[in-house]
Amino acid sequence: MPEILKTEDVFIYYGAKDAVRKVNLSFERNTVNALIGPSGCGKTTFLRAINRMHDLTPGARVTGKIILSGEDVYGADADPVEIRKRIGMVFQKPNPFPTMSIFENVVAGLKLAGERNRTKLNEVTERSLRQAALWDEVKDRLSAPGSSLSGGQQQRLCIARALAVEPEILLMDEPTSALDPQSTQRIEDLMTSLKNDVTIVIVTHNMQQAARVSDTTSFFLVGDMVEHGQTDQVFTSPRDNRTEAYITGRFG
Amino acid sequence: MTVSSKAPPSARALSSKLSPTRRFQNNLMLGLIVLGTLVVLLPLFLIFGYVLIKGFTAVIDGFPTFFTQLPKPIGETGGGIAQAIVGSLIMLAIATVLASLIGIGGGIFLAEYAEHRLANLVRIMSDVLTGIPAIVVGLVVYVMLVQSKITGYSGLAGGIALGLIMVPIVVRATEEVLKLIPTTIREAGLALGLPRWKVILSIVLPSARSGIVTGLTLAVARVSGEAAPLIFTSLGNTFYSNSLVQNPMAALPLQIYEYSKSPAPEQVSLAWAGSLVLVFIIFVAGLIARIATRQRR
Repeated sequence: MPEILKTEDVFIYYGAKDAVRKVNLSFERNTVNALIGPSGCGKTTFLRAINRMHDLTPGARVTGKIILSGEDVYGADADPVEIRKRIGMVFQKPNPFPTMSIFENVVAGLKLAGERNRTKLNEVTERSLRQAALWDEVKDRLSAPGSSLSGGQQQRLCIARALAVEPEILLMDEPTSALDPQSTQRIEDLMTSLKNDVTIVIVTHNMQQAARVSDTTSFFLVGDMVEHGQTDQVFTSPRDNRTEAYITGRFG
Repeated sequence: MTVSSKAPPSARALSSKLSPTRRFQNNLMLGLIVLGTLVVLLPLFLIFGYVLIKGFTAVIDGFPTFFTQLPKPIGETGGGIAQAIVGSLIMLAIATVLASLIGIGGGIFLAEYAEHRLANLVRIMSDVLTGIPAIVVGLVVYVMLVQSKITGYSGLAGGIALGLIMVPIVVRATEEVLKLIPTTIREAGLALGLPRWKVILSIVLPSARSGIVTGLTLAVARVSGEAAPLIFTSLGNTFYSNSLVQNPMAALPLQIYEYSKSPAPEQVSLAWAGSLVLVFIIFVAGLIARIATRQRR
């Protein structure tokens, strides 16, 4: 099947309050899919439900199904640890592990899961850093601390780290909002080449970024998924008035 | 170049706008604060200085026998408190192992599993433990281990008593330090598909290493001078103990206490030397902690 991820009637509650209501979406393999909308609309909440990050939040509850290649992520015998090996995440603020070197950061997902083979770890490091367009800049100093890199480099390191475990889907939560325009540009370029290896779902506050990089766009508003479609169509001829109002900047 | 009678505008704008009264008040308060700090530090310096002077002369007089010999009967010269130094170090080691296992484990539980239904209970009990007088802890260990003949008067019992006093300090320090680690680090670890315990042990804990070691050092400093809990557990000894469980064990605070009461001036002098050694041990412990947790450049 071409679709790799499908959500059915997903509701997300914080305590009694429903933060996200009845989301039905599907994403195809090897595409970049943007989730846009104003602050507080639920796009990040929805994103974090995909890899069961809400399991960590007491009081958060997710109902409905999120189906990854045919299996429900919230099924009775689904193991969140296994799910997260297949669905990776990159966060808004770069968060390399502070006590680890660049090399250790990249292979953390493998090494801490028990992989000991030095050759394999070296291969994975080079492959992931190349995928994240960081290899040339750090190949001579892999044992330097992860925190010694600039902000944009740290974020690419986090991308490499997420890619090292070879996930099927990469979730990106506003990955460039804390970065300068040049780093932002580099990471956007990255996404276009990355989609050959992973399917990307990206939450972004920046509409222009969504228009630049994504194949599909979903517009969220106050917990509802208002519209979803091919990016060109959503931006040039949106079906819903609210989408049009947001895109033309009448509110933000 | 002409000299103007008025300062150029830029210089004037940058000079202080405070009136002389305000400036005086500023300086007065600053002076009072500095004075307050000095007053607080004064007792510390007096104690240190006194111990240093009296202890130093005693150590020099008795060097090196002070460190290598056992106590001699009153009237004989020479003799030292080697067994007390060794005993203290052994019991502090036992205490540190105990406090690390229970204290760090407890701190991790409180910080990482704060939503667990037992967490509140554990925190309350830890707080209660902080307030228990050292002599009471000693009595408890006495009843449980010494009187019951499980260990009798021994170095192990003494070490356990000291360890129990250390536990709540380590728990609190570990918890505080772990709470400072940003949640996003944990999320990043979990997002890689690692189980929670692995994230805590391999990612979060190493980041908190220096804080935890500081907590342990503070706890060691707190108990290394305790004599009360040792009176009922390790009892003290004028010889080396050849076992952790069969014989009473000497300790610096106990020996200092004994000798400070003595009518013999050479034993009183040994007490001062012992005090200096005790202070020195604590100082070195802190130094080791600093070195061990230096940030990588």
